[in-house]
Order: sequence, then C-alpha cells, then structure tokens
Amino acid sequence: MSQRQPVQGAREQVARLLALVPYLHAHGHVRLDEAATAFGVTERQIVKDLRVLFMCGLPGGYPDDLIDVDIESLESPGGDRVIRVTNADYLSRPLRLTPTEATAVIVALRALRSGATSDDTREVVDRALAKLEQAAAAGAAATPLVDPGDAPDAAEVALRARLEAAVGQRRQVRLVYYVPSRDEESERVVDPRGLVVEGGAVYLDAWCHAAEAPRWFRLDRIRSAEVLDTMVTTTDAPRELAPGIFTQEAGAERVTLDIAPAAYWITEYYPVEAVRPGESGHHQVDLLVADQRWLTRLLLRLAPHARVIAPAAYADAFRSRSAVTRSLYTDAE
Amino acid sequence: MSAQKTERLMNLLIMLLVQKRYVTKERIRDILYADSSDEAFEKMFERDKEELRSLGVPIEVGTTDPLFDDDQGYRISPTEFALPDISLTADEASVVALATKVWEHARLAEATSEAVRKLTAAGAELDVAALDLVQPRLSADEPSFDLFLEAAQERTPVVFDYQRGTNPVETRHLQPWGVVRSSGRWYVVGYDTDRRYDRVFRLSRVRGEVRRDGPPGSFEIPEGTDVRAVARRLTPERTVLRAVLLVRPGTCHPLRRGAISTESGATGPDGESWDRITITRATVDLASEVLSYGPDAYVVEPAELRDAVIERLDGVLA
Repeated sequence: MSQRQPVQGAREQVARLLALVPYLHAHGHVRLDEAATAFGVTERQIVKDLRVLFMCGLPGGYPDDLIDVDIESLESPGGDRVIRVTNADYLSRPLRLTPTEATAVIVALRALRSGATSDDTREVVDRALAKLEQAAAAGAAATPLVDPGDAPDAAEVALRARLEAAVGQRRQVRLVYYVPSRDEESERVVDPRGLVVEGGAVYLDAWCHAAEAPRWFRLDRIRSAEVLDTMVTTTDAPRELAPGIFTQEAGAERVTLDIAPAAYWITEYYPVEAVRPGESGHHQVDLLVADQRWLTRLLLRLAPHARVIAPAAYADAFRSRSAVTRSLYTDAE
Repeated sequence: MSAQKTERLMNLLIMLLVQKRYVTKERIRDILYADSSDEAFEKMFERDKEELRSLGVPIEVGTTDPLFDDDQGYRISPTEFALPDISLTADEASVVALATKVWEHARLAEATSEAVRKLTAAGAELDVAALDLVQPRLSADEPSFDLFLEAAQERTPVVFDYQRGTNPVETRHLQPWGVVRSSGRWYVVGYDTDRRYDRVFRLSRVRGEVRRDGPPGSFEIPEGTDVRAVARRLTPERTVLRAVLLVRPGTCHPLRRGAISTESGATGPDGESWDRITITRATVDLASEVLSYGPDAYVVEPAELRDAVIERLDGVLA
C-alpha cells in the first residue's frame, strides 16, 4: 500500500473510508487491529484515515455537523482501541460497484465455478453469482463485457492443484506421461519445480530422474500424477520459458517445408525459425526438428498440404510412411 | 496534501449526497474551494468529480431552478450511490473473497479487490474451509486486452491492424461489445463497421496498437447482447462424429482414451490382431487426427471419414 503513487493516495483513501464506515456500522464493536487486518493495511493507516474522516461532515460547519470519531480511545495509553464513529449514517451503505469492478468480480466467480469440485460448492458459487449479477444489474453494468469462456476440464484443474502442492511441499511425483512423437505412455519420477502457462497450455517444469535432465511436461498429456512421500533430490530454480525452448534440443536439425494456406496455422502453433512467402499462397517454413518421428506425424496430420523441401531423408520418411498407410486400404479392398 | 484532498473529496461527496436538491457550482465553491482562484477551482472541481466517478460515485448533473435551466447543479442520489442490499451469507461471502485471487491481470485484480471490499463491508464472517475448490487463474497477456475492454465499457469505437493467417494485414474498424475467452485464447466481439456485421477477432492476431476511433458513447451495445453467445455463434461449429477404427495394440493412446468401446483381437487390414475402437469426437477435423497415427490407425466407418483419409494420402503420393 505504501508503495502506491501519492496521486492515487487520496482516491484510495476515499475508497477505503467508503468501505470502512459501512464495515464498522455492520460489525458494531471493531477493534483497531481487526479493522487493519480486514482492510490489509497497518493500524497506523487506519488511524490516519479516521483522522481525516473526523474532519468531514455536513456542509453547515457546526460541530454537530461533523462526523465524530473517538480518537482518544485509539491513541491514549488507557484507550480500549475500539473504533467508534458516530454521526455518519449517510455513509452506512457500501458504494455500488463500478462497471469494471462488477465485470472483474463476476468473471472471477464464473471462473471459480469451474474450479468447484463438489456440487455443494458449485451451488454456493451460483448463489453468490446470482446476487452479484443482481447487484450489477441495478447499476450501469448490466451486461458483463468479459466472459471467461469454457470451464477448463475439471480433472486438469485438480491435477494442476495437486502439482502446485507438490512443488510447494518439495515432494517427488510419479508421472505417467504421453509422448506424442513416439505415441507412447511412459512412467517416470520427477522433481517438480513449477508450472508455467504458454500459448494456452500449462506446463510442469521438472527434473526427470529417468532422463537425468530437466524436462517440460504438458499437463494435458499427463495421464496420472502420484505425489510421493519422498522429497525432491534436486534444488534448481524453475526455468524461464523462453521462445523456442521446446525445439532447441541437442541434435535438432533444420527442416524446410513447403506449406499450402491450409497448413499455415503451424507457423502460429509451433516456434518456426523463418517463414518465406512463395507462390499462390504457399510458404516456405524453416523448423528445427529434434525427432524425425514427430515431424512425420505432423506432416501426416497436414497431408497433403505440406511437403519437405530439404533434407531429403525427411521427405523419404514421410512418403514411405504415407505409402504404408495407404496400402492398408488397398489390401483390404 | 493527500489528507487535505481526501477531506475535500469526502466533503464534496457528503454534501451532494445529503442534499435533496441539486447543489449549484457556486455554493460548492463557497463551501469547499473558498481559497482557490477561478481557474484553480474549475480545474480542481473537474478533477475531483472525475475521481469520485472513477470510484463508482454517481454524480448527477441537473437544473437547480425549473425556470432557469442554465442554472446547473450537482447531486448524488442515495439509492444510486449505495450497493443494493444483497446480504451475502457466510459461505457466499467466502467464495466472493476467493475471487480476489483469480485474476493474473493487474487492473482486473485490483478491480476485483475493490469490489470484494465493498461487497463484504456489510457483514458476514468468512468460512473458506467449507469449500471444495481448486483455485482457477485467469490471465490476459495480450497487450490489446485492456484497451478493448475499456473501449467496450466506454462505448468507444476502435481501429486496429489485424492479420489472419497468411492474409495481408488489414485495418479494421470495430464497435467493441466485449472480450471472451475460448480454449485459453482471448477474442474481442463487436460490430465491424466496414463489413457491417457482428465479428470476432482473436487478440493474438492484432498487430500493433489499438487506437480509439471516436468519442465515448458513440454507439450502443444491442440490448440483450450476450458476448459469449455471439462468440459461440461466430466461431465454427464443431460437429460430433461417431467413428469405428482399428488400431494396432499399444498405439494411438489419445484415440483410445475417450473410446466408447474397445475390443481386442479384431482382424486388422494386414491380417494381424488389432484393437477395434468406437469413438465420438467433437472435432473439426477427425481425419487429420487419424492420419497423424499413420499405419497404426485404420478407419472402418463412416465412409466419408475413410474416403477423406484415402484422398489425402493419395494427395501426398500423387
């Protein structure tokens, strides 16, 4: 709070006072330390706020017109430190929400709803949401202008929570992980370091004891995660997620593709080294490829909208794999 | 200095709140800004009104005298000022308090905290322990997010450069209605004044800065607009397809995961023993997914899917 700009100071103090008075009004007997905790500021700040409030009131200028605050009980050594504010009934209701506040809190609650893991809790969120929407509708913010979108998969939300807890407790995790390039599920024990979000996907950064190297694990490819009783044995800090990190593995080779417009999405989805426009909407794309099987699968997925220009070995691998797949249908006919 | 300003703002607020009638600017000046020059008063008064409004204080402007409407005055209606009495129960107040931790976006995180402070000021002890909840997080890293949201709130038209796929960069004019998230990405929904139609734009495809393109209040959001529904209507429909596939044992794990039925020991196209799976997929393009497994996946039905796979392979081998 103290780091805020002085320009914001008055605005923020007014905001706090407009919430503090209703808070005191509703709770009756509030001690200074309780108020400081509730508002997340120091006791000294609350006293400062109250000293300003003491100078405010009706425009008549008579002593009776001013809001009365019992400063003595807060500051004198024998005071009971209970906050007593009188003559401020017109401020006893909290201020209504601004459109931004209404939007922010409603969207946050909608997101929370998707994190609820029991029907009872979901029901509580729904009740709170209904009341907030009613409060927002009464103001200018009738329609929330932000929508948090589809509820994330509940299983993945729970997995994320479990992994975050494991990071915090420094416990090892046994993962069953799907490796798309090999179409293979494998089990490994890892030391989890942290979670990062990149391009809409969540990754676990961990030291993999099977590979004896740090690895990224995409959460939607983790088939199961068992938090173990054993503590982590490595202590490296979480890595920064830098662009291209997923391809810059040892032994990566540069592959040049020719892609039709229908396959252009890969340039937004995968970190590509270079994109050069070609003829009739085609592009040449340079990719760093660490695993030939990964590229072959990608090319099959894109078929027939992408082909390999160089190196020839990748072109041959893709072609022969396509031919083998095609022959399955010929033989059966 | 700051305390003096707080005092002035509070006194202005109280003065306008307790008066039943509009208070003239003159009277406001006499009581609260008596020491200021004309120019300083005008400046300060404007700024003070704006600051109160930014907190959500509804300052109304009206005529103090029905016979002379040049006599402008100000007031704050107590019913407009106060939060409606929604009296949250302890468990409701607890989920509302948790909302402060959802946003990983500075401005909306702050707005949520402010809202929660107002909402919980009126009572109710918190009881967080009773909730079964994993904390979701919402981030919005696209630099254009703030401006689109602000413009939607202010009803300010915007102009920005946009690039879809390989297409050249285009300048688009939009009346923004709101922002929506779908599959981890943010979109802005609104009325495209060039195309004269409702449109959805992906924020990550916006190039450069979004600029304001007119004064606030230039348009209305059509009544009853639900930004989520508009976004859903304008994004491609995902059809659900039922398919029967043969897959080699130990392969095609993602296809098997959601299978309705799995039957081992089926005769594969090569005469070997394969697994027969039935899947439903809400996917735009199941053929691409099946193709990516190469000779480990074989389409039995439907015929359209089978034909699509064959045709695409022929395209590679041609």
